[in-house]
Amino acid sequence: MIGNLLILLEAPALGLQLVIDGILIGAVFALAAYGMALVWGVTGIVNVCQGEFVMLGGFVTVLLAEQGMPPLLAVPVAAAALYLLGWILFQTVIVHLIGRDMFNSVLATFGIAIVLQQVMARVFGAADRIAESGLGSWFFFDGLVGVAKVKALVFAACIALGAALTLFLTRSRQGQAIRATAQEPRAAATLGIETRAVYRLTYALNAAICGAAGALAAMAYTIHPYGGLTYTIRCFMIVVVAGLGNLAGVLWAALGLGVAESFAGFILGAQYQIAFVFALLVAVLVLRNWRLKRKRLYLQ
Amino acid sequence: MTAMLELADVTKTFGGVVANDKVNLRVEQGAIVGLIGPNGSGKTTLFNAITGAHPIDSGSIRFKGREIATLLCGEIARAGIIRTFQQPRLYRRMSVEANMAVSASIRTASFGGLFRRGATGAEARAAELLDFVGLAAKHDVPAGDLSFGQQKLLELAMALANDPELLLLDEPTAGVNPKLVESLIDRLKEANRRGLTLLVIEHNMPAIMGLAEHIYCLAHGRLLADGPPHAIKRDPRVLDAYLGAA
Amino acid sequence: MRSALSLTPARLLLLIALLAAGVAAPLVAPAYQSQATELLLFIVFALAWDLVGGQMGYNSFGNVLFVGLGMYVSAIVQVGLFYNVGLYTEAKGGGTAFVFDAPQFLTGLAVGIPAAALASALAAWLLGSLVLTMRGHYFAICTLGLGIAAGQIAAGIPWIGAGSGMLTPNPPADLGNVGVLLYYLALGLAASCAASFAWLLSTPFGLALNAIRDDEDKAEAMGVRTHAAKVTAWVIAAAFLGAAGAIYGNLVRFIDPTETAFAGATIGVWMILMALLGGKGTLLGPIVGAVVFQLTKELTWTYLIGWQRVALGLLIVAVAVFFPEGIVGFVTERFGGKRGRPAPEEQAP
Repeated sequence: MIGNLLILLEAPALGLQLVIDGILIGAVFALAAYGMALVWGVTGIVNVCQGEFVMLGGFVTVLLAEQGMPPLLAVPVAAAALYLLGWILFQTVIVHLIGRDMFNSVLATFGIAIVLQQVMARVFGAADRIAESGLGSWFFFDGLVGVAKVKALVFAACIALGAALTLFLTRSRQGQAIRATAQEPRAAATLGIETRAVYRLTYALNAAICGAAGALAAMAYTIHPYGGLTYTIRCFMIVVVAGLGNLAGVLWAALGLGVAESFAGFILGAQYQIAFVFALLVAVLVLRNWRLKRKRLYLQ
Repeated sequence: MTAMLELADVTKTFGGVVANDKVNLRVEQGAIVGLIGPNGSGKTTLFNAITGAHPIDSGSIRFKGREIATLLCGEIARAGIIRTFQQPRLYRRMSVEANMAVSASIRTASFGGLFRRGATGAEARAAELLDFVGLAAKHDVPAGDLSFGQQKLLELAMALANDPELLLLDEPTAGVNPKLVESLIDRLKEANRRGLTLLVIEHNMPAIMGLAEHIYCLAHGRLLADGPPHAIKRDPRVLDAYLGAA
Repeated sequence: MRSALSLTPARLLLLIALLAAGVAAPLVAPAYQSQATELLLFIVFALAWDLVGGQMGYNSFGNVLFVGLGMYVSAIVQVGLFYNVGLYTEAKGGGTAFVFDAPQFLTGLAVGIPAAALASALAAWLLGSLVLTMRGHYFAICTLGLGIAAGQIAAGIPWIGAGSGMLTPNPPADLGNVGVLLYYLALGLAASCAASFAWLLSTPFGLALNAIRDDEDKAEAMGVRTHAAKVTAWVIAAAFLGAAGAIYGNLVRFIDPTETAFAGATIGVWMILMALLGGKGTLLGPIVGAVVFQLTKELTWTYLIGWQRVALGLLIVAVAVFFPEGIVGFVTERFGGKRGRPAPEEQAP
């Protein structure tokens, strides 16, 4: 570990590489976190199977790419498929959790996560998968720093999707209905907005967002059936740091997390990268809680 | 003589609204003090400040000479200040009996004392209090299943069972059967005679006039007037605040 | 007042009968010994979870941390008393070079199990001061993260076998049926757990826990020392989880950091499911839940080859959504008379 740290200090170009890689993957985190914030803010439910939605989206790309489809085309397919899944899950499970004890919703979505995770493992096998694009890289600084073209593409696509989502929420009627319901469900209901339909739309939309994020991610990064929980924890951490409703904060926090993970993976070694994410979550929550406690408030 | 409770220039702002504006207030030991004012005048906010539910922006709050504005909620409670709420707060899934048991003498017990069963006569007092508020028959009903009025009475009984030195009551008669209000007032007076100091927020004018020895009137976050009941009743500023409040 | 826990003559008789059955079980039905041992340990898992979850309202998704810690600490002590742990794990299983004779094995257990309980209690005390200040979602996800982080970290420590895990000491051949020993240890632990919790919940401390669950801020405002109570409950639960983990490790023999010890998706969530299924917040609930769960698991395991975890996930969802009151809650609702219906807005009794 110290050895890696020293290497970093001697070769600043390596540091730059880590920062770039972190930012590039951070956009994927941002998109998935945006979806989680959306569901949490509107329905009050923390969707613990968020990461599994992302992984499923990734598997759609992997499968379609193996059949010869260009990976980028798989993204809308994944989004549509996950939208449908989200819709079904809402109708069967999630609708019963709205307004109830948070324990039930965390446990239920955790149960869904286990189901999805295990199904993925049975159907796709437990190995890492990726949809290779063979696009090559740009190189800077005499080849010391490389930016994989496909990663840049994924980054741009995630940002674009995030922007599109924001436009949808602010400009479209359904988007406004969602925001109205989030702020004041009873008022929205008296104005004729069918809150249940809004919740369903929000949940399915979130699933679609995760599907797209995963589909994009699979083009540049490996996915595997057990990678979901780590994504869920990332999303939660980002939302906690940024605060619900702070879109710019989500982006910054996500990019920051990407960079932090990138460095942690290098300094601590790849096998500790996941541990780092979870340990960071604990640290973030403890710190945040301590700061609130000084104002006699609690994270509630 | 040091007052039991002394507020000096207490100020609290929420966002742009000044909820408490340099409020000064004294409660002498053994007194019954009333706190009145139209809705939104900052009465409950003041209670929250005293009990440590939120920090104040400036000013000082002294309890028996000791500064408590920086203490945590639990510390203030253990120092001897207990309060009730406008919307009664109870342990809804626990039975009425259990609510009383957990309120009686847990405050003064040491932590280790929690593991010893059998109360120090606190059980008898708790049962008597339950009987007084008429809830003895419902002793094993979950508190959340009681009606609003019953919940308020239970909350009051719990507060009395806790045996505080200073009791802050937030609209204790609201929602309670008018026939019971009189005996409630008598009970409070009796507790006061036995050494309990009271600070009471009330909208029920006859009740508070009959109970308190000294009354403070708040309006728009500021202290408007204070004095004995007969003076407050006639104070034009007070009448104006209530009738003029739109 | 706590009528559910008072000891009537009929109940006392029932308890004695149960205890006798428990003691006789290995002689009567030796084929099911390891499942029975597992069941007893599950009872401890469920009770311990419920103390902090159902009784106190702090629903932890990472209590498996203490189970895994107990497993590892006990194994380390059991081996470490006589051999170099690092060499042992390198040899991947002990084999012929690391032999434990009967006195060594028994001493290992005798020291290892309490050590496991102590280590878990200590960890709970250290973590609790930080983590128990959070509430709701934050506490749930934070504990989830803790449990999984522990597994990931353990998987990276070569001294305890890293990702390959570690074996508990081979029981010596001349000791006879070690399974019986483990069974009685588990029985003792389960009985003492149930008994001590029954006592605990009848004290004012138990009332304080329930008060914290129902309205922590009110409890605080009424002078309850909530932080001390919370940490104490967590430490007690952790101690039992650690001890149970130690025995469990010796039962399954092979301790793997992510699949066994800190397995959030199995033991970690099973203990929640058992408590919920049986009835959160009651003393009987977790016990009933553990029994029902274990029976169901054993009966269906063989028919669901490969799909057991999917089935369990579905069961979790079903119980969380449609049956959260659990068996005991359901029965109390239907047949227990001691409830009033929510009164209409009436004026005084």
